[in-house]
Amino acid sequence: MLRKGGVAARKFMPPGSSLSNVIYWVVIGFLFLPLFVLVLYSFNAGRQTTWQGFSLVWYEKLVMNSPELWRAFSNSIVIAFGSALMSTAIGTLAAVGTTRYSFKLKNLVSTMSFVPMILPEIVVGVSLLIFFAGVGLKLGLLTVWIAHTTFNLPFVYLLVSARLEESDPSIVEAAQDLGANEVQILFRIILPMAMPGILSAFLTAVTLSLEDFVITFFVTGPGGTTLPLYIYSMIRFGVSPVINALSAVMVAGTVLLVYPMRNFLKVFASR
Amino acid sequence: MRKQHIGLLYTLPQILWLLVFFAAPLCIIVIYSFLKKGLYGGVEPQFSLEAYTAMANPNIVLVTWRTLKISIIATTLTLLIALPCGYSIARSRNQAIRLFLVIVPFWTNFLIRIYAWIAIMGNEGFLNDILRALHLTTESIQFLYNQTAVILVLVYMYLPYAILPLFSTIDKFDFTLLDAARDLGATKFQSYIHVLLPNIKSGLVTAGLFTFVPIFGAYAVPLLIGGKDSYMLGNIIADQLTKTRNWPLASSISMTVTVLTTGLVFLIAMRKPREQKQVFDVDPAFLQATPDGER
Repeated sequence: MLRKGGVAARKFMPPGSSLSNVIYWVVIGFLFLPLFVLVLYSFNAGRQTTWQGFSLVWYEKLVMNSPELWRAFSNSIVIAFGSALMSTAIGTLAAVGTTRYSFKLKNLVSTMSFVPMILPEIVVGVSLLIFFAGVGLKLGLLTVWIAHTTFNLPFVYLLVSARLEESDPSIVEAAQDLGANEVQILFRIILPMAMPGILSAFLTAVTLSLEDFVITFFVTGPGGTTLPLYIYSMIRFGVSPVINALSAVMVAGTVLLVYPMRNFLKVFASR
Repeated sequence: MRKQHIGLLYTLPQILWLLVFFAAPLCIIVIYSFLKKGLYGGVEPQFSLEAYTAMANPNIVLVTWRTLKISIIATTLTLLIALPCGYSIARSRNQAIRLFLVIVPFWTNFLIRIYAWIAIMGNEGFLNDILRALHLTTESIQFLYNQTAVILVLVYMYLPYAILPLFSTIDKFDFTLLDAARDLGATKFQSYIHVLLPNIKSGLVTAGLFTFVPIFGAYAVPLLIGGKDSYMLGNIIADQLTKTRNWPLASSISMTVTVLTTGLVFLIAMRKPREQKQVFDVDPAFLQATPDGER
């Protein structure tokens, strides 16, 4: 059933069917609509959502007059980098251990590292809250840091393991033959080879931590308010249009952060 | 030192961390779910099945049923929308840009995105403003605080979770198979159903899990977007923990959610291999060899 001219005709057709392309662009519109509305409102002079003229007043308020928001922001940054550092250190070591060696508990370790990822966030949050109450640890920045390190670990472990499995084992064998010891092999061969994986794991951990609301909501206490929690309280207890300006800044920040990485996104997405 | 021990040593920090901060808390929840409720929160050290019998409470049964219903509807909708998107990205010449456009909203803060929907659907929101400007309505229409709104926002939140794995599976698919199927007389639709779908099953399963599990445990979306008729299990757990202070009940519901979701994941992970292809039983090598098969 060869249709004549099929090859030639198809070469001029756009790749993919037109219907799927239409759906794709409609979905992109749907995904961006809320962001667009926020950016629009952030320039609105009035308090209400009704348009009352262009103004930068909410940006001024955001920068000059929101000390609590900035405290929450700095908490978020501290927690994000702190938990990303800890989880990247622990997770990378574990990934090196399970990809290079075989030992009795290996399968158990891999499975256990995977489970926190598939539990709903609320269960992780509730169980940690009950645990902290049980051991008498005061809720605050410390408990938030512990929680974030915990939920970051599986992602770090998976990303670094994937990278290590791709690397060529003969390089390590060559180093061993030439007399390198375990520490030298780790710091001069394995870690440098795994560095792209380690970096992407670290960045993923930072992002996950900055993003988290549900788990943080349960394990936080006085002095442990992160940015998402602050936004939550703004939504719940009286919305000030400052939140629009903040959102616009965050959307712009995301675009600036993701755009330079666009060529790596495919690698990131296929993990 | 033996090699065995070095490997274990590397993994020791992670094992300890997860034992203390993941396994132990889960064990405590299991134990608490079998204890008696304390007078002012906490528990009495006394065995009891109360927390499980309390789950037969019609209200909790209703919410469980509703949670299942919302999760299934939202997951199905998400997959139906995500599938053509993933396909369109995979076949595009500008994969990087198209992925970028999906990821920007995805990386924008979760709560900001929820807030954006309140700004759109609220009584004084964007949508009502437009409707009023067009003189289609004079009163504000209540779009928020119902199940439809919750499902809409859940689909919005988790679409990228489904699009990304679907894209990466479809990207590995050999599109010449579709051309081959059409040359052999299949319609476009038939070639998608019988050739494309069976080959990207694993991506569909991953995408389904990535959306179903978080939606099943949803907390913030029903809390901020939903009303009384859209309370989900996550909200009940939080209320039992912080308001009613019935820790055993919060624990037993958490256990139920855990068993249901991890059970589902393991069930699917177990039966994933084999049973591929059988739907369209043609040797792919033959299809690829057909002259019209090149893209």
